[in-house]
Amino acid sequence: MSENHIIRLEHLSKTYTTQAGSVQALQDINLEIRQGEIFGVIGLSGAGKSTLVRCINFLERPTGGKVWVDGQDMSALSTAELNQIRQSVAMIFQQFNLLMQRTSLENICFPLEIAKVPKAEAKKRALELLELVGLSDKANSYPAQLSGGQKQRVAIARALSTNPKVLLCDEATSALDPASTRSILALLKDINQKLGITIVIITHEMSVIENICQRVAVIDQSRIAECGDVREIFAHPKSNIAKTLVFPNQRQTQAMVGTLCCRIVFDGQSSYEPVIANMILNFKRPVNIIFADSKNIDGKAFGQIVLQLPEEPGVAEKMQQYLQAQGLTVEVFQADANLEVNANVR
Amino acid sequence: MSAEQMFEILSTETVNTLLLTLLSTLFAYIIGLPLGIILIITDRDGIHPNRPINAVLGFIVNILRSIPFLILMVWMIPVTRTIVGTTIGNRGTILPLVVAAAPFVARMVESSIKEVDHGVIEAAQSMGAPTGKIITKVMLGEARPSLLINLVITITTILGYTAMAGFVGGGGLGKVAVNYGYYKYQDDIMTLAVILLVILVQIFQETGMRLAKRFDKRL
Repeated sequence: MSENHIIRLEHLSKTYTTQAGSVQALQDINLEIRQGEIFGVIGLSGAGKSTLVRCINFLERPTGGKVWVDGQDMSALSTAELNQIRQSVAMIFQQFNLLMQRTSLENICFPLEIAKVPKAEAKKRALELLELVGLSDKANSYPAQLSGGQKQRVAIARALSTNPKVLLCDEATSALDPASTRSILALLKDINQKLGITIVIITHEMSVIENICQRVAVIDQSRIAECGDVREIFAHPKSNIAKTLVFPNQRQTQAMVGTLCCRIVFDGQSSYEPVIANMILNFKRPVNIIFADSKNIDGKAFGQIVLQLPEEPGVAEKMQQYLQAQGLTVEVFQADANLEVNANVR
Repeated sequence: MSAEQMFEILSTETVNTLLLTLLSTLFAYIIGLPLGIILIITDRDGIHPNRPINAVLGFIVNILRSIPFLILMVWMIPVTRTIVGTTIGNRGTILPLVVAAAPFVARMVESSIKEVDHGVIEAAQSMGAPTGKIITKVMLGEARPSLLINLVITITTILGYTAMAGFVGGGGLGKVAVNYGYYKYQDDIMTLAVILLVILVQIFQETGMRLAKRFDKRL
């Protein structure tokens, strides 16, 4: 296998057998995760993404296929060897999973106790990590005294204590408010850059992927629907599921059945030019902004806007051509039951 | 009976009750704690599911828990005689007490550990913690307050059992109540024995609950 792949999944499958019958959670998953990258796995709930991440560290044993971590075939390892390799594949969770009867400091020392690191050394390391995650003043606080974001910071510090090569994040920001989510994502990015740790992020939120991932696998109905560069998938989603996920809000408040819409992706064009306003002036036809989520980063526009186009024949096509001529990625579609969008402009 | 005699009897038997209760609790935990842990880890959702072991142990525990203590003690007389050599006094009481209390402790331990969040156990597994460490550091560590509360319940239950044992030759305050109160109608000494039993239970209860509260870091 190629040297720069720290994780490789080959024809991975997982079937759960219950009294009610068997459930296929994963089917023929092939993935290669590069050393040092931030890799995202996105999917709706029940798609199998949590099972996928648990197959990487063998918390769930796959029923078919192979998992390679750092050049090791996971299925060939003894329990002791598996426990050993797990010290270099750390994991954080949606519900933080801290030991409630231990202080932050003691929580961070926990993996070091397992790794049989001497107490004094472990404590020193734990204090350094608390500083890294910005919680030096909370060393002696119990998890019950911390906020969600702080708990996740302690969990991250705990995960880093054994100097792992990989950090698996299972919906690590899903229980957090938007501000805490942003700061946790920034912390993860920082860790990735400073320490070179490969990060695998499982999430159901496209915004998380957009924010920090370089590559992404879109998983749907226990299979990988699409995999590649985040920018590429964001701009040109091919599979239906990727389109649904890329689309602003799946939680619809209003369906617009049979309405002609277009989605415009800004991928670093100048934010100084008022593209939409110019188009309206040019065509002298109103458009309705259904959704807009764009950011101005250093004078460049990133994000997306969904417009409802005039129903008049021909106008929509001309508008599409106009926008494409501006160098934007444009996609025209009929909003239907599968692609309902939120009518509230955020 | 003189006041001195009465004091003499009551103080000796209070010590006997304490001795019986604490020793039986100790032995009941020596057997019941590992039993409870085995029950929880071999459970279907446990960290080492094992249906046969779980079913057999669960069955034994359930059967022993179904037999009322007094009946169990009488039923066990031949066994107790063979093993301990006597069926009366402190020595003859401890064995049946332990046999009755150990399955009780096992269920108590099981329910305490069941309260531990499965996610925390999963986190420990993801760190490469071997089973032994998961049991001692995660399960027992996290369930500590609940285990303490259940210890108190166990002690008071065993204390109640020791009093019952007084009817069939066991020692302690139960014997005093039976011998002087039930057979000789000496209400005064019987009332004192009852008061002492209540005081003992209250002391255990209060200390245990306070400790549990102090040790619980969740709030």
